[in-house]
Amino acid sequence: MTITGGKKREKLDRLAELSVRDDERGASLWQEAFRQLRRNPAAIIGAVILTIFVLVAVIGPFLVPYGPTDTIGIREGVVKSGQGIIPGISGEHWLGYDHQGRDVFSRMIVGARQTLLVGVVATMIGLAIGTLIGGIAGAAAGLGGRWGRWVDSALMRFIDMLLAMPSLLLAVSIAALLGASLTTVMIAVGMVSVPVFARLLRGSMIAQSGSDYVTAAVSLGVSKRKIALGHVLPNSLAPVIVQATLTLATAIIEAAALSFLGLGNPDSATPEWGVMLADAQSYLGIRPGLAIYPALGIIITALGFTLLGEAMREALDPKLRK
Amino acid sequence: MFRFIVRRLLQLIPTLLGLSILLFIWLRRLPGGPETAILGERGTPESRAAIRRNLGLDEPILIQYGRFMKRMLRLDLGVSTSTRREVTTEFLQRFPGTVELTVTALIIAIGVGIPLGYLAARKRGRFLDHASVGGSLIGICIPVFFLAYVLKAIFAENLNWFPSSGRQDPTIGATRVTNFFVLDGLLTREWDAAFDAIWHLVLPGIALASIPLAIIVRITRASVLEVLGEDYVRTAESKGLTEAVVRRRHVLRNALLPVATSIGLLAGSLLSGAVLTETVFAFNGIGAFVAESISNRDYPVLMGFIMIIALVYVLVNLLVDLSYSFIDPRVRVR
Repeated sequence: MTITGGKKREKLDRLAELSVRDDERGASLWQEAFRQLRRNPAAIIGAVILTIFVLVAVIGPFLVPYGPTDTIGIREGVVKSGQGIIPGISGEHWLGYDHQGRDVFSRMIVGARQTLLVGVVATMIGLAIGTLIGGIAGAAAGLGGRWGRWVDSALMRFIDMLLAMPSLLLAVSIAALLGASLTTVMIAVGMVSVPVFARLLRGSMIAQSGSDYVTAAVSLGVSKRKIALGHVLPNSLAPVIVQATLTLATAIIEAAALSFLGLGNPDSATPEWGVMLADAQSYLGIRPGLAIYPALGIIITALGFTLLGEAMREALDPKLRK
Repeated sequence: MFRFIVRRLLQLIPTLLGLSILLFIWLRRLPGGPETAILGERGTPESRAAIRRNLGLDEPILIQYGRFMKRMLRLDLGVSTSTRREVTTEFLQRFPGTVELTVTALIIAIGVGIPLGYLAARKRGRFLDHASVGGSLIGICIPVFFLAYVLKAIFAENLNWFPSSGRQDPTIGATRVTNFFVLDGLLTREWDAAFDAIWHLVLPGIALASIPLAIIVRITRASVLEVLGEDYVRTAESKGLTEAVVRRRHVLRNALLPVATSIGLLAGSLLSGAVLTETVFAFNGIGAFVAESISNRDYPVLMGFIMIIALVYVLVNLLVDLSYSFIDPRVRVR
């Protein structure tokens, strides 16, 4: 070995060292995205809304002044919904009574928990089934050869069928199968989002399958299963996670729509904003507030999820990064 | 182009076939059948069995499916179990209402959404931009039926500007030709009937348009912003072309591609929204009828409806794909 050779090696080593250190110092996609999110006012507004919402949903029910099913107004004889007497806002009952004489403020707080639960569980269901189907299809299409393409196209035809059905009718027919309840609403709303997650993950995985690191892994003899699960899948998850945040918003809205059509929880003992909104329909003329409070709750929460989701999409999409 | 259309239409066959099989099994798994819906909980086992036999539901499912397919090939959708009328007749009476409603909503959404999205992009960072972005965010987050109620309460019940329900004032006594009330009025030159039908469409149309409008504004804005940064737009502007020419030939033409895609995908969500809007405005369309049919276990209506919707959905998306090559000649469909 000549001196130059040694120098060269030294240089290479230093470069390698540098690149390693750079890797440690330089931010990953997620860290970089987080840094961007902190600078985005929309993301901060969304995060603040959601923090308040989650806090209310978790802690609120322990602090409410009245029981959510306590028909206090009827006991005290102040509420006579048959005669159109439903007192509104007062010092003792901040948002007034509902048609059964229950304290609306307490119901709103307890309802926040149910609403959050419906949104999260429904999204989880859609996410789990959708990523399973989309993941198999994406892996099969990207890495599976001819047989894989066949699997992919069979799965995608199935997803196309789900997509071709109007989402609300799909949800209504699922609700008809299971009977009206809160669980039904969760499953129905979750199933509706399955095709979205499946298509998204599949597309993202196929795009990743064409990249150089996959070619490198294949030529190194890494097994296909390991490539799919260890390399392609983690790199394809970003759009799915963004979509999940956005789906939380639509899930809450769709749950409200199902309650409106009478497929939600049949007894209004456990308050949920969608059910409260649906219940208020018959009393719109007397006390429009009964509809407005839960509707505002739904709109603001959905707004929070949407703002955060959109900001995440911007932060995670390298194309949109400026 | 021709081969593309033929191939896409051929792809329809397996999709529709698969969908019909899935649906057929799925619907028959729903607890309670049409006999429960007809008789209520009181029906004796004998009367239930009689109805099931009458409707042909006692036969093996394969034979039922075979008979269904045979009828489908003759474009016969069977008889509704809840209204006892031909499904085709029911559809011909109710579909036009929903079509009028969704077309109104699309006209509002496209007519307002594309110009607004364009202006928002042009005035980026100014008040109009913030207002339209914020407005579209809220538009996505408002439950459609709540918006419908609010519109109805304010503009129909309080201000009395618009009718609060129905498709047309029955006292006008309009002549029916196609059941498209607006079209009927124009065909028979009963201008007041056409005008009244349009008047009935305004509020439900706005309610139904809220979500598509919000989506179209956002996509147009994003897409125009991207195109405005392109070199060819700067070139066109520096050539001294007027803003109108640059806008029409260079910006909008290139920016509308993603908008067209999103409009195709909106078809399904429009129908879901139609179910809700029709319920609030007692608008006699197909949406509310089908939602009832689910609880009535009206198999023929449901099968027929979903097959037609699937067909429409695929055709709309085919049209959208075809429109690409008109909007952007660089796109060649294969």
